[in-house]
Amino acid sequence: MSRPLEGLLVLEFCQFLAGPSAGLKLADMGARVIKIERPVKGEAGRQLAIKNIFIDGDSLLFHTINRNKESYAADLKNQDDLEAVKKLIAKADVITHNFRPGVMEKIGLDYESVKVINSRIIYATVTGYGNVGPWANKPGQDLLVQSLSGLTYLSGTADQGPVPFGLSVSDIMCGNHLTQGILAALIKRARTNTSVLVEVSLLESTLDLQFEVITTYLNDGKKLPQRSNVRGSGHAYLSAPYGIYETADGHLALAMGDLNKIGSAIGCDISQLYTDSISSFDKRDDILKSLSDTFKKKRTGDWLEILIPRDIWCADVLDYTGATELPVFEQLGIRQSVQVSDSVEIETTRSPIRIDSEKLFSSKPAPKVGAHNSTLNQEFNIEI
Amino acid sequence: MKPLEGYLIIDFGQFLSGPSASLRLADLGARVIKIERPQGGDICRSLYTSNVVMNGDSSVFHAINRNKESFAADLKDPRDRDTIIQLLSKADIVLHNFRPGVMERLGFDYNSVKSIKPDVIYGEISGYGSEGEYKDRPGQDLLLQSLTGLTWLTGNADSGPVAMGLSIVDMLAGAHLAEGILACLYRKSVSGEGGLVQVSMLESAYDFQFETITTFMNDGGQNPQRSLTSNANAYLGAPYGIYKTANGYLALAMGSIPFLGKLLGCDALATYADAAIAFEKRDEIKSILGQHLQTDTTQKWLSVLEPADIWCADVLNWNQLFEHEGFKVLNMTQEVSMSDGYTYNTTRCPIRIDGELLTSKKGSPKLGQDNQNILTEFSL
Repeated sequence: MSRPLEGLLVLEFCQFLAGPSAGLKLADMGARVIKIERPVKGEAGRQLAIKNIFIDGDSLLFHTINRNKESYAADLKNQDDLEAVKKLIAKADVITHNFRPGVMEKIGLDYESVKVINSRIIYATVTGYGNVGPWANKPGQDLLVQSLSGLTYLSGTADQGPVPFGLSVSDIMCGNHLTQGILAALIKRARTNTSVLVEVSLLESTLDLQFEVITTYLNDGKKLPQRSNVRGSGHAYLSAPYGIYETADGHLALAMGDLNKIGSAIGCDISQLYTDSISSFDKRDDILKSLSDTFKKKRTGDWLEILIPRDIWCADVLDYTGATELPVFEQLGIRQSVQVSDSVEIETTRSPIRIDSEKLFSSKPAPKVGAHNSTLNQEFNIEI
Repeated sequence: MKPLEGYLIIDFGQFLSGPSASLRLADLGARVIKIERPQGGDICRSLYTSNVVMNGDSSVFHAINRNKESFAADLKDPRDRDTIIQLLSKADIVLHNFRPGVMERLGFDYNSVKSIKPDVIYGEISGYGSEGEYKDRPGQDLLLQSLTGLTWLTGNADSGPVAMGLSIVDMLAGAHLAEGILACLYRKSVSGEGGLVQVSMLESAYDFQFETITTFMNDGGQNPQRSLTSNANAYLGAPYGIYKTANGYLALAMGSIPFLGKLLGCDALATYADAAIAFEKRDEIKSILGQHLQTDTTQKWLSVLEPADIWCADVLNWNQLFEHEGFKVLNMTQEVSMSDGYTYNTTRCPIRIDGELLTSKKGSPKLGQDNQNILTEFSL
């Protein structure tokens, strides 16, 4: 099967998560992605580990984000290395970087300069907060962006203060937007035959993530989100019963649904509280509390047996043990193995996109720093 | 010129996941026609958040469906079906997010549409894939968060499972669908062939957690443990988190603990010298930091930490953010108008192409507002 991006050459100057996660998506869809890294140490993400897990000298995190790529080591401050990189750029379709504003200008690889080398280049950049304004030079780091964007007032309960999303959600959304921008630019180039500049920032991506609720805020007299005070409530803007409830042996998630039907299915009288459709939001806390008391009386499995046949939207609440043991995890083929070396294999997840009914597996591991210098020098006639 | 100008998208999607993908493609320049049932249209029109109604429809409908047209059609009515088939013959892209089997029953599944338009790019979002034992379950955001382990990452150790307070899985699935469609459009520009793009909320939810699930699969199956206080990432050590101050909050993303102690004038932190200790003793360290940071204002701490290049930030709500120059320079909001003159404010596409913002004045459509124009234009 031909993957849709076969034949495309992407040079990735990006580090950490946002940019490299876009490189990974493009690679899984068929592009050839080459990381341009400083010699020896390589990109900073190689040393950024969680739980101190390193595989073959690089963090597991780096392996996860950078599988299915090649590496070309070059010191961009060294003239010979820079010339070599320029030869690669001349043949590339896309380059991505996430340096702070001004850095690529100093090296001489800013958009204007790169266009001279390659008039059909897609030049894509990631910043924290855009190129101008008081935050332009602030570190573009996920938690800081979440904190500045208002996102931390949407999860948890009102009495908890700001609660950040427990994943690098700004980086990940921004990586998705970068991928979209690059692909749209390639489509544009197919018509114009000329270079395209793509720019995304963590902050704009994190605001876009909130587009529904910010639109509500902008058209509702700028009322700030009001989270419930009931533990488990799932969304500041949605009415009861939306949330996660404690049961006799675990938890149960309940999405939006007909409160009368739910009340009668579980044997909980909420008729005094739920009097009309408006009250499911206005009396949210009281209804949530009332439902909570009832759900504690039976085990999750018992509730699911009662609710699912009645077509009430609910689910078990699983940890990673449960989530990776779910039969659908295997049935959908979400797991894949990556062969790091002859003796080391790691397990990770595959691309979430299927093309022409095919799952996009790849067993190609993350590269060692400079692992492909000699083959690339030969292939692109680069003389050192 | 916007990148997707000239492309026609027929969108059967409802709610958020599918329509968020077509919104992105619309902002990139494509023309999007929503196919809606004549009675009530997209159910999202009446899915209200905090009871806000704008010009007859929910605020989220307006956010998700601006920059689109609406064509009302009953997919079971033979005359309407004929019209839709003629429209599909002009479509570059078709997308939907019905449960598996629905489009097959309606006769608008990929193979059927392909026989109408051989080079179509057909995109679909399901909850749990079209195979496997969950395929008929409702693909709803909170349920997907709950099943895939996501709720054990946010909040503190004693909070129980905490949902991310947005329909994050819907948005990720929409983003992934847009990416697959764009990749196929690129391929079409090279080879002329169409393609099928399939995404499920389940796969998108696992992909979102690819770093932490990969860690879980390679560390002997240890479930994430959130810190007792100020948790922002179950896998990171102190100081990573948000702390209360005398007049607000402070986000701290990194810094060696003794160095932070020195900058903040907190001697108790001097002993936590080793980087591994910052993870092992994070509850202890976060508790000390939490007490200490309450002794002065956010501004005071920022004035000490920022010059020392410590990654930190104020914690803003939208009122504070919207007043800030750092937000204003982004021009992140736009005003759009509906066909009846109703205007509203919303956000814009987060991607810039060739230095331009991808804005559009076109608001969301009234149900079926474009039927007549579309019938005339395509001579249906």
